[in-house]
Amino acid sequence: MTPLQIIFLIVAAITLGGALMVVTTRNLVHAALWLVLSLFGIAIIFVLLDAGFFAVAQVVIYIGAIAILMIFAIMLTRRVAKDSGPQINATWPIAGIVTLALFGGLFTVLQNWQQIHVLPPSFPEGYDPLQQLGVELVSPNGYLIPFEVASILLLAALIGAIVIAWSKTK
Amino acid sequence: MSDPVNLIANWLKTVLINWGVSPTWITVILSAIGVVVLASVVLVLDIFLVWVERKVVARFQDRLGPNRLGPFGLFQPIADVIKLLLKEDITPDKADKFLYNLSPVIALATVIMLWAVVPLAPTIFGSDINVGVLYIIAVGSISTLGILIAGWASNNKFALVGAFRTVAQMVSYEVPMVISILIPVILSRSMGINTIVHSQTVWYIVLAPVAAIIFLISSQAELGRAPFDISEAESEIVAGFHIEYTGMKFGLFYAGELLHALTLGGFFATFFLGGWRGWGVETYPILGIFYFFVKAFFMYWVIMWIKYSFPRVRIDQMLNLNWKFLTPLALAALIITALLDKLFQNASYSVYVLVMFLSNVILLYIAYLVVGSYARAERKRVADPEKIRVNFPIKSSGSTIEPRSTSEGAHV
Amino acid sequence: MIPLSWYLIFAAALFCIGLFGVLSRKNAIAILMGIELMLNSVNVNLLAFWRYLNPNFVAGQVFTVIVFAVAASEVAVGLALIISIYRRRSTIVAEEINLLKY
Repeated sequence: MTPLQIIFLIVAAITLGGALMVVTTRNLVHAALWLVLSLFGIAIIFVLLDAGFFAVAQVVIYIGAIAILMIFAIMLTRRVAKDSGPQINATWPIAGIVTLALFGGLFTVLQNWQQIHVLPPSFPEGYDPLQQLGVELVSPNGYLIPFEVASILLLAALIGAIVIAWSKTK
Repeated sequence: MSDPVNLIANWLKTVLINWGVSPTWITVILSAIGVVVLASVVLVLDIFLVWVERKVVARFQDRLGPNRLGPFGLFQPIADVIKLLLKEDITPDKADKFLYNLSPVIALATVIMLWAVVPLAPTIFGSDINVGVLYIIAVGSISTLGILIAGWASNNKFALVGAFRTVAQMVSYEVPMVISILIPVILSRSMGINTIVHSQTVWYIVLAPVAAIIFLISSQAELGRAPFDISEAESEIVAGFHIEYTGMKFGLFYAGELLHALTLGGFFATFFLGGWRGWGVETYPILGIFYFFVKAFFMYWVIMWIKYSFPRVRIDQMLNLNWKFLTPLALAALIITALLDKLFQNASYSVYVLVMFLSNVILLYIAYLVVGSYARAERKRVADPEKIRVNFPIKSSGSTIEPRSTSEGAHV
Repeated sequence: MIPLSWYLIFAAALFCIGLFGVLSRKNAIAILMGIELMLNSVNVNLLAFWRYLNPNFVAGQVFTVIVFAVAASEVAVGLALIISIYRRRSTIVAEEINLLKY
């Protein structure tokens, strides 16, 4: 077992454990914090995938913005009788069966794929994936249009969120 | 002897190789030792900062500061630490115990994590990642999460309100901070902090003074220091999110805040004042540490100077300042810098420097004119209000009360 | 070296846990958390395939950037909707928001 494999196993275990706690814990604020732990674990996995930019972007966007926004929303929408009763639907056995069936199906399909046990190819000399990403995102022959469309989507979401959450008494 | 840190690291590596340790494990062990050493140095510096803070605030307030314990009061922080350790450790009733104990740790840990990317000398740095600038932003946003947890886990309404206000402030001021950090990134064409320092043959405070000013103001707000200290507005919400923290847990918050101030001063020095640059650094890399800390402590002094000279701003004034002034100014500076960088990238370096500096001066002047007109409109509105008419015939016990003068109405 | 299968199975497991969260939780914000887990598992999948099969093909990274942007905007709008619903109905339990017109 190389150290990288040990690190991957530990981080994957923490992430999956955190995700399980997210979907089963009763206290919503705890669920949000377990989500933060899972997102952090995923950021570390991005580092293992040689995608350092995405790791820090994950921390900035998901933990720094989305998780904080969720915690704010949880604190603003708590009922006075706090978090009473079970937080899980009555149909959870069916959900469990569907989930396990889906995982089994994915596992089987993946096992039957020939290329699944490949090892990563090494980068060519002097290749910087971050620089290539930056160049492609702003070059008209590259992915400029999806980039701009994503910006417009963010703008629309920003305006939409403000308008939806506007208090009608104002 | 010009670089003792790397000397010791190489000696350790040869020792480990002679013991037959595999290369990956050598990297892991050396990294772990490096982490421990850097964190210890930073934390010891943090204790020294308590003394610096109290002496400097005393001088600003025309008094002496601690001078009883040791020469010039240098042992005062040790007394502070002993006091904090001996205080009673109270956990509020119904507080979330695990989160309550976790949040001071997060608050301090995120500040120490920032030191991993600071280049102290040309060859002495924690790690040279090519997204160092974004790493700083990421760790800064984790610290806001720590404050939110602190406010919520205290089971105290004032703590929660304080935490909300602090998080709103810190999240808002991240935006101009990120945009102003992007300007050195454009000028040095890399997000790696080592590359930014290497390309500062002319300090970036000359090339981008607007970015420097915006970074300074945003740092002041990120630190939660006056004039932006709504988080610890003693007269309003009694110490904000760390009301319920006593003893060493409060000590961790306090130490974290001081260390954060020094760290952001260090980042200002790295991005805009040339980091470890100085005379003779190429031949003696160890001098880089000295230059870096001189500049970092100078910026820390500037941050304290701002803190102890300004009164507190209101939360709506603070948010207005951010969204209506700093963010548009930062975006304008970014666009102008990017445009001029593209137009003049083939010109000689002195022409480049001059053009950048002049464009920033012109931008500052335009911003001054805009703010001036806005301030004039505000002053006029406050000093010379328009009169409003109020009609209030009030019937009470059968008789009507007439307003005092029906012709003028009421003055607001 | 870590084989590709480890990443893919990890992403599949994370996706299924997120799916379980969406299908079986009452609170609307908890459902959103499940959706976030699913989006993150998709990101892991995209970057694993990019790294292992064709690192020169930048579309893997670009797709991930777009997924980041879409997830952020979706959470913002979703939480705004939830707060707005809370103001009207005083509840965000998904079962209790079952009238088309109040």
